[in-house]
Amino acid sequence: MNSNIIEKESRFKKLRKNVYKNRYSYYLMAPYLLIFGIFTVISVIMSILFSFTNFNLLELPRFVGFDNYVRLFLDDEVFIIAIKNTLILAIITGPISFIIAFVIAWLINELPRRWKWFMTLVFYAPSISGNAYLLWKLIFSSDMYGYANSTLLKNGLITEPITWLQDPRYVIWIIIIVQFWLSLGVAFLAFIAGLQNMDHQLYEAGAIDGIRNRWQELWYITLPQMRPQLMFGAVMQITSSFGIASVSSEIAGYPSIDYAGQTIVLHLLDYGGMRFEMGYASAIASILFMIMLSSNIVVQKFLRRVGS
Amino acid sequence: MDKIEKLKKLMSIENLIFKRKIKKKKRLNRSTAGNIVILLFLLIFSVFSAYPLIFIIANAFKPLHELFIFPPRLFPSDPTFKNFSDLLILMGTTWVPMSRYIFNTVFITLVGTVGHVIIASMCAFPLAKHQFPGKTFIFTLIIYSLMFSGAVTSTPVFMIMSWIGLVDTLFAVIIPAFAFPLGLYLMKQFMETIPDSLLEAAKIDGANDFKIFWSVVMPLAKPAWLTLIILLFQSLWSTNGGGYIFSEQLKTLSYALGQIVSGGIARAGTAAAVSVVMLIVPITIFILSQSKIIDTMSHSGIK
Repeated sequence: MNSNIIEKESRFKKLRKNVYKNRYSYYLMAPYLLIFGIFTVISVIMSILFSFTNFNLLELPRFVGFDNYVRLFLDDEVFIIAIKNTLILAIITGPISFIIAFVIAWLINELPRRWKWFMTLVFYAPSISGNAYLLWKLIFSSDMYGYANSTLLKNGLITEPITWLQDPRYVIWIIIIVQFWLSLGVAFLAFIAGLQNMDHQLYEAGAIDGIRNRWQELWYITLPQMRPQLMFGAVMQITSSFGIASVSSEIAGYPSIDYAGQTIVLHLLDYGGMRFEMGYASAIASILFMIMLSSNIVVQKFLRRVGS
Repeated sequence: MDKIEKLKKLMSIENLIFKRKIKKKKRLNRSTAGNIVILLFLLIFSVFSAYPLIFIIANAFKPLHELFIFPPRLFPSDPTFKNFSDLLILMGTTWVPMSRYIFNTVFITLVGTVGHVIIASMCAFPLAKHQFPGKTFIFTLIIYSLMFSGAVTSTPVFMIMSWIGLVDTLFAVIIPAFAFPLGLYLMKQFMETIPDSLLEAAKIDGANDFKIFWSVVMPLAKPAWLTLIILLFQSLWSTNGGGYIFSEQLKTLSYALGQIVSGGIARAGTAAAVSVVMLIVPITIFILSQSKIIDTMSHSGIK
């Protein structure tokens, strides 16, 4: 027993010594970790704690148990719509944009060098072009001058202009199209980079081992080699597809017709940023946090298994 | 580093001489039919990707009457700079002088990006190159923070900002941007590729960690700087204040331009000019630094 205590003490001493030895590392990390700690770690914890309270910034928070969550799921019809829309958007745009980003990166990689450079620019540009996606509003504008309507009218496919953004049946699909347009971002660059740095000897070895065409090459050599980039890309695409908000509010307006474009993030911003119901907003944020984190972790587990 | 550069040069000369040989190598397992399918596929998607951007740039050069012809045409038949000069005139008539909005955006973008590059690199260096208690824990937290978006923390961040009195200052936008997790992650991954021998050599010369960081690691991490800059720049450049800024004289360019755009149909041309102004800066930075950014991104994988 005595030796146990001594061992513990010496372990503690060792740790202290180790910390002291590395003090410069901690000094270097301090500014980042301070800001990261306050605005990410503590904020997430606060969000979960406040979700059990009623808080309006003026009075002290009052503990209300699971009331906020009960209200969200049983009393808030708009939230149910928001969850439904967010899941539709995420399930469609997440995986498809991930696959498209990879396929396009893979195809670009087959091009000669100068074209590769140019095509990377063409595909990456939308995601860094600020509010240029507002042009989609002109494309889908409801009068006959809207580009979509005028093209359809001219070709005789419709006789009356379609009110794209005022019709709940179309709104979510238009958001999906715009989100696709914006979705070739960091993940796409990671794929381009990963493919560019592939070891060419692997392909030669593969050819000797009987790989006959580029599809086999993709499946047996490229994909397994790209796994780290694929996992990184998956995180990026999943997180952004669950976080769709401003695209919806800018394109379809806020609130959109029949809440057809309502998402969890928009609901959260509504309660947190406009109505100042901080407890309720925190409950929404906590649910969003759980959804994003769990879907990411599940996909990571899955991707880790592919090809191993 | 010099040796690597020389090697690269040598290799490119060799490439020129043996170009035919290399071309043959590239054709490994490639069929013509497949090439044609690929080109068609890429063509369709690149039209989808580029068309709206080309359209918005073309619109910025159309006179008003050309914006509303039926059916709409892509290229202006009578290109004009009037939309841009209108924008300048409108900028002169806003309630708060336009220079103020420009200053705010430039201030947020510059301070935010420079601060982020320095602070994130400072944190990335020990994470990439040293062993110390708590390292795995910190890095795991950072990976997890990539897995949810900033919206999750927007409510508590607003509360914290109001407690420390930063609401309605530019720093409410700048300070959280310093700790942008994706930037730290990419910087750390990149710094892992810096050879240990360089750091050892500096250590033997008697440099401490600060010195090593500033004079050895930072210059070598230049490609990664550019990546961090482009990623943060485009979000700060187009920020509208994120709900933290209320006074008119602290609002950003993106907000002010948004106000001009909301002037309705008559301003459609000016609106296009605004979009061109907003998109031209990040795209130019990307054009100038593409190869460096790709270089950084090749280390982005999660292992």
